[in-house]
Amino acid sequence: MATAEIDQDGHAHDHSDHHDHPAFLAHHFDSPEQQYDSGKLGMWLFLVTEILFFSGLFCAYAIYRSLRPEVYAFCSQFLNTELGAINTGVLLFSSLTMAWAVRAAQLEQHKVTVGMIAATISCAAIFLGVKAVEYSHKWDMGLLPAGMYSYDPVAEHHEGLSHYLIAISIVPSIVLIALIGLFIYGKAAGKQFLASCAAPLTVAAACYFVGVGLGVFLESRAAAAGHDSHAEGSALAAIGHADGLPPSKILEGPLDHATEDPPTIGIGTGDEAVGIMAADATNTGIRSELDALRAQEEMASGAFVDEYDGVDPFYDRPIENVNSNSLAGVFFSIYYCMTGLHAIHIIAGIGVLAWLLVRAVRQDFCSQYFGPVDYVGLYWHIVDLIWIYLFPLLYLIG
Amino acid sequence: MLGAKDVAFPRLNLCSFYLWCIGAIFFIFALCTTGLDTGWTFYTPYSTTTSTSVIAATTGVFILGFSSIFTGLNFIVTVNTMRPPGMTWFKMPLFLWAIYSTAVIQVLATPVLGITLLLLICERLMHIGIFDPAYNGDPVAFQHFFWFYSHPAVYIMILPAFGIISELMSVHSHKSIFGYRFIALSSIAIALLSFLVWGHHMFTSGMSEITTIIFSALTFTVSVPSAIKVFNWLATMYKGSISLTTPMCYALSFMFLFTIGGLTGLFLGTLTTDLHLHDTYFVVSHFHYVMMGGTLVAFLGGVFHWWPKMTGKMFNETWGRVSALVVFIGFNLTFLPQFVLGSRGMPRRYATYDPEFTGLHRMSTVGAFVLGLGLVIALFVLLYSLYRGKKAPRNPWGGATLEWRCASPPPYYNFERPPVVGNPYYFENIEYDAKSDDYVFTEPERKIVPPEPAPQPEHVEAEKHN
Repeated sequence: MATAEIDQDGHAHDHSDHHDHPAFLAHHFDSPEQQYDSGKLGMWLFLVTEILFFSGLFCAYAIYRSLRPEVYAFCSQFLNTELGAINTGVLLFSSLTMAWAVRAAQLEQHKVTVGMIAATISCAAIFLGVKAVEYSHKWDMGLLPAGMYSYDPVAEHHEGLSHYLIAISIVPSIVLIALIGLFIYGKAAGKQFLASCAAPLTVAAACYFVGVGLGVFLESRAAAAGHDSHAEGSALAAIGHADGLPPSKILEGPLDHATEDPPTIGIGTGDEAVGIMAADATNTGIRSELDALRAQEEMASGAFVDEYDGVDPFYDRPIENVNSNSLAGVFFSIYYCMTGLHAIHIIAGIGVLAWLLVRAVRQDFCSQYFGPVDYVGLYWHIVDLIWIYLFPLLYLIG
Repeated sequence: MLGAKDVAFPRLNLCSFYLWCIGAIFFIFALCTTGLDTGWTFYTPYSTTTSTSVIAATTGVFILGFSSIFTGLNFIVTVNTMRPPGMTWFKMPLFLWAIYSTAVIQVLATPVLGITLLLLICERLMHIGIFDPAYNGDPVAFQHFFWFYSHPAVYIMILPAFGIISELMSVHSHKSIFGYRFIALSSIAIALLSFLVWGHHMFTSGMSEITTIIFSALTFTVSVPSAIKVFNWLATMYKGSISLTTPMCYALSFMFLFTIGGLTGLFLGTLTTDLHLHDTYFVVSHFHYVMMGGTLVAFLGGVFHWWPKMTGKMFNETWGRVSALVVFIGFNLTFLPQFVLGSRGMPRRYATYDPEFTGLHRMSTVGAFVLGLGLVIALFVLLYSLYRGKKAPRNPWGGATLEWRCASPPPYYNFERPPVVGNPYYFENIEYDAKSDDYVFTEPERKIVPPEPAPQPEHVEAEKHN
């Protein structure tokens, strides 16, 4: 990510040639202020691109929600609000610790800086742990992107620890073990620097499992106590079943309706192929064109034309079963894209924060030079802020 | 030009270059293994259903996008924070204004393409159903996203060309640029307007009538700042002392070609004519007049202009001018017939054509060969100068901007200390020095300080005596 690159500008050069400027000031800058301003402006611009990067997803969300509000109402009940709220709190707290770290770096309180950065990483790890539980729970239920969506309200529950969760946790486990190893090696070999870097990172990695534990506990409680709410959801999902029809049949409902009453074909065109294409309800282009032609014909014939017959084919469509891969599935596509991209940003943030932690342990920062902490802080706040938007948009609807 | 030692983030700059290489490798990999049959636009649902390696190609473009963003970011920060003392915004060379506007577009538009391509990749891998109509997706949404980047992208290409032409016009006419502020601000205006006109690529994609009308109207507004630039360049040449050097030949060629390209754009921006001309050779020709005749010719002019500064070698002026002439003739021979072809209904992207189009097609083909010959001559002139060229003086054209004040090629870190900045288009104190075949900066003539103190007014004298 760019952050690392930007922040390294002030990195002390180990050149042996003599300098008339402090080690943290890069050669091409005149003063620490200029360097700091450049870095800060660069970071802000990068954040602008980040916002725009997410904007595509927010756009997709907004368009789809305005077109299919019922899908959102149906799907958001599968998102565990409790877990989402906890994650929101955790991230908000991490923003506090991050801001504190920046302040501590300015005041040259090196120990506080290290502690606050470690706390920030720990919060990020908890967030990821909870997120892993949420994801794996949904994968078990078949709540997947449109192409793989396979949710079945009848057989939704699964027993025991999720295999997906175990698979996700492999990497954090390896990281944790490696960090513990590094810590022990540092202590044993007397490498104080290594040990004091590894210790806070170990704590942070362990926090991932705290998050997982918390998530599993709350998710199972929700599954047990909140069975009613799920049943309610299933009832909504099973609108089709109530009619005594299989869900697939319900889905085809509007299509059948459409084929029974095809638009008048052949006005002005007399083309067989157009008629065949128009028989396919998904070919909305041809159908709307034919509708327009028909309206034109009526108008030309002098017959009374109703301005608006009160039936908008889009908004007044018959109720469909939303539990299908082309409706609920798309919601989960958007859900995974948004939260997944956000999680990638969290992971990148952890990487940059770890690098920052090492530098803080090395006491690189001083009242004249705290740019990198500040820039990473800005990045971290934006990641937090995006989650602040994602949480209500995805969890608190319906 | 800016007088800074380096860009603000040198490592990010290098990172951009490596990212560019990696992205290019991905893209070439896609081209070499299966090829791409989606067209350059990757329109869904072609791109979600084809069997060719769309993922490799879009990953490549995604990475290239990051390279572009980082470079844009770097330029913005450098221009903002690293100008030398005395260089206010309105004392910057116009090329920098153009680069600055370009960087703004890069930073603001490219992320949108990034997320679009990422969604496209997800669409292929997991069928997320955002663009794929099979899962309720909307292919036109892809077109909107795509053109939201890709229209500003053409301004990414043309704006630096505008900047180059502003420099060439002024330096080779040895006359201060006309309407400095207008040219500078019109670059920014183009950058901002470029975000509002993407819909004109989609007039026939089934947008609502009102949308097409709005986009058409917005499209015409772009012509205003572009015209401001062209008229200011003309006014710069007026009564100037024009040297017909190679860069100037290219710049004049640019003026001619870009004006044709710009004016034909008006036909395409008009809804009614666009319906007729959509996807015909007319569009192809318009695009090439702006992008090839505009961008490429301006870039060639720029290369010839700064070549002595970059390499420290002078090229052969005669052959340089010949190359400019051949490129100009070849270009018009290639693309002028295509306007006629297009308006008579020759669609683009077809390998065959009706017999009545044969003559014009042949003309176009011959023109393409002439154009190729011109480019080869230009390349040869430049390469030859590397081995046999004369050593370039400090200021071969008589430019007033900062880069002409340091040696050719410039030393490491350019300047010992931040240079003194004056008006970048002030040519009064630059004179040709025949002895060194160089332009030199002359000091203003200084009046000798009078040896005796100036006579004091009478009453002061009187007071002294008292």
